[in-house]
Amino acid sequence: MKAGLTVSQLVIKYDDVTAVDHVSFSAQPGRVTVILGPNGAGKTSTIEACEGFIAPSSGSIQVLGLDPQLQRKQLNQRMGIMLQDGGIYPSSRVGELVQQYCALYGKRVDSRSLIARVGLQSVASSTYRRLSGGEKQRLSLALALAAQPEIIFLDEPTSGIDVNGRDLVRLIIRELRDSGCCVIVATHELDEAERIADDVLIFHRGNVVASGTLNQLRSGREEIRFRSTSHIDLHSLSTTLGLPVEQTRQHEFTIAGTSDARVIVQLTDWAKANNVDVGDIGAGSQRLDDVFRRLTAESAS
Amino acid sequence: MRLLRTQIACELKVLARNGEQLLLILGIPLLLLSFFSNVDILPTAGQTSVNFLLPGIIALAIMSTAMVSLGIATGFERSYQVLKRLGATPLGVGRLVLAKAISVFVVEVAQLLLLVGLAKIFGANLNAVNIGKLVIALVLGTLAFSGIGLSLAGRLRGEVNLAAQNALYLLLLLIGGIVFPLQNLPTPLHWVARVAPSGALADVMRDAFSATSIHGVSSLVVLLCWAVSAQLAAVKLFRWN
Repeated sequence: MKAGLTVSQLVIKYDDVTAVDHVSFSAQPGRVTVILGPNGAGKTSTIEACEGFIAPSSGSIQVLGLDPQLQRKQLNQRMGIMLQDGGIYPSSRVGELVQQYCALYGKRVDSRSLIARVGLQSVASSTYRRLSGGEKQRLSLALALAAQPEIIFLDEPTSGIDVNGRDLVRLIIRELRDSGCCVIVATHELDEAERIADDVLIFHRGNVVASGTLNQLRSGREEIRFRSTSHIDLHSLSTTLGLPVEQTRQHEFTIAGTSDARVIVQLTDWAKANNVDVGDIGAGSQRLDDVFRRLTAESAS
Repeated sequence: MRLLRTQIACELKVLARNGEQLLLILGIPLLLLSFFSNVDILPTAGQTSVNFLLPGIIALAIMSTAMVSLGIATGFERSYQVLKRLGATPLGVGRLVLAKAISVFVVEVAQLLLLVGLAKIFGANLNAVNIGKLVIALVLGTLAFSGIGLSLAGRLRGEVNLAAQNALYLLLLLIGGIVFPLQNLPTPLHWVARVAPSGALADVMRDAFSATSIHGVSSLVVLLCWAVSAQLAAVKLFRWN
């Protein structure tokens, strides 16, 4: 299959600072590729280079087979973008703005249907400055959809959106994927990535430290997770089980390397014997946030 | 053409909805012309008040639209990343600039018609108007002031740009021979006014309306220099993001 996006040995430098350091990856049409990473990892710089806003210091980018610097005009016809910070004048009215973008792309997209699709009918006559954070995000998404894009870049699409709004954005992302669009999402929200991603790229300090499908990234990393509000003697528990135990968050612990039910029995026996409360026990593949934490820690060391 | 029409309509709609901008481009010029044409308290170099004021007030209107209004709006659009967002649509940068230029000319023609119409009501004598010179003044003035406005807008933050454009507007209004003759300024200030773009435009505009230019060709040369250098500065200094 021809890639929607191919990035080869991309380097982006701002004066002496290297924001993106020899990054290579590809993204396919009909799949959602999530670029994950903490702030400053190089996600937005990479996306902006793909959109044609930043000229790479070296390396090459092909978006739908086009060079974003040299063939920007052709690319703008086929690409939808959602900026991290709006790109909308505060006094612009929702209805008029969507109408303007539909006219600019000229793809015969009905602006009223588009407003309904992102759930903004009730605020169609409001100005941008009066919208909530979630409504602003959905308006920005609507402007990207006006392009009827073959490739769409969404920078933090669910940031600041309430639960219902998130469901709607996820539904639209799935619809785009199912229609064959190449969907690229940059986010630092691991839960969100876990819900929408087909493929994941993990950025850290300007490098891709891992890439693959969600299952590939999590495979071979079984674990048992549990919660406890008591003080846990990690050394004692680890010795009893013969497995490494670590605290991942406040009141949250993981036993790495197994999802065996017999270990769960050993855990509950140990808890009873030591008068420790243990609950919410779960077993299975490592969660994406744990994968992310592990990979970025490995990269840092 | 469709894209250009869409963007021009959008530019004009945003302008029409902005109360502060309307006050600047229409309110202030119309108020100054109305007030000082009927309250005879300023020196008018031997002409009727309205005949003296009209060319200067048109120069002021051009400065308001091409420099302050365009500069402030573009500065905020840059801060809010509107320019960046539009640059990624099929509109492209070239059409966006053209749409802004056409919008400025549309507003200037409307200002011209309104100001001339009002001046006629106040008894202005417009028999000596030279249309060719008027068009030259309009084009050079627009190039000079839009260049200055975009140079500031391309470098300063939204709020700082707003303050800078307004301060410059007030300064150029006072030293531009717009509401009183240049020769009434103290000598050092007179020389500053002669090389200021507002002074040069008001003088060239006076030549177009009533052949009463004070410095004649030298004002035209000064205005031409401003038009070229301000546009070059804008090209050099303007940043889209």
